[in-house]
Amino acid sequence: MVVDDSAAIRKILQRVLRQTGMAIRSIHEAGDGQEALELLKTQPINLVLTDINMPKMDGIQLLAAMKATPRWHHIPVVMITTEGGESKVSEAVRLGAAGYVRKPFTADQIKEKLAGILEPVPSV
Amino acid sequence: MNLQNLMVDSIRQSATNVFSTMLGVELSASEAVVESGTPDSNDGVVSFIGLAGAWVGTGSVSCSPALACRVCSLMLMTDSIAMDEDVLDAVAELTNMIIGNVKNDLEVQLGTLGLSLPTVVFGRNFKTKSAGTTEWTVVRFPWEGETLVVKLCLSPSDKSHSNCHMMGQTCAIDL
Repeated sequence: MVVDDSAAIRKILQRVLRQTGMAIRSIHEAGDGQEALELLKTQPINLVLTDINMPKMDGIQLLAAMKATPRWHHIPVVMITTEGGESKVSEAVRLGAAGYVRKPFTADQIKEKLAGILEPVPSV
Repeated sequence: MNLQNLMVDSIRQSATNVFSTMLGVELSASEAVVESGTPDSNDGVVSFIGLAGAWVGTGSVSCSPALACRVCSLMLMTDSIAMDEDVLDAVAELTNMIIGNVKNDLEVQLGTLGLSLPTVVFGRNFKTKSAGTTEWTVVRFPWEGETLVVKLCLSPSDKSHSNCHMMGQTCAIDL
């Protein structure tokens, strides 16, 4: 699932995810943390890429909510954000973020970050 | 380095990096000036984002509709020819990234700053005004025969001034 209030970033991340070679059945989109939590309740989601600065519920609050919920706490969460301050990075790491990528990002940076998190599909 | 020079350097570096990474565009040399007073009327697209903390202010990115469509086309790898939601969203995200990275640079000198969500305006013959602001650092980037303008204004917040008094410290004032 990609979580960002920017539809542009959601589209870019969808494209990058589809280029990774990972086994992807579907990619869900959410515009803020609250929407993301609603989707988590109903959809089988195995990875979350989330912005931090969003309306209603930000990415740090989403991460905290997921890590506090047993059925979601194992899902890797990667923060993708312009927020580069040490305090935000430390908070995300402390709460259990699987990775942190700063905007602007290249497709290769995202792929590299995800390579250690999800297994690629073996080519047939 | 004074704050003015720091802002100009940071805007140049941030815009160049965002264009290169997200759009595959190498921006050429830019002109930097300080503008005072009420800005002239605008035509086209202006995207604003607020900064808050011990210092408060506004950052903006403005360009023509044609450049905005070009930004969207390159960012989303689509063919954008009209001002639609995708184009406005792409300009908003461009602003978020450029000013967001400037904010990260300035935080080293000015302390923690928060960033608002961007707001994009598209129209003709409109004026903009940020409350209390009289001086903008303006950097103009020539691109494809047109100009993309990045502006930033920052000043110490009243809150940091009053906090200073609450802590029993003496504040320097300008008379």
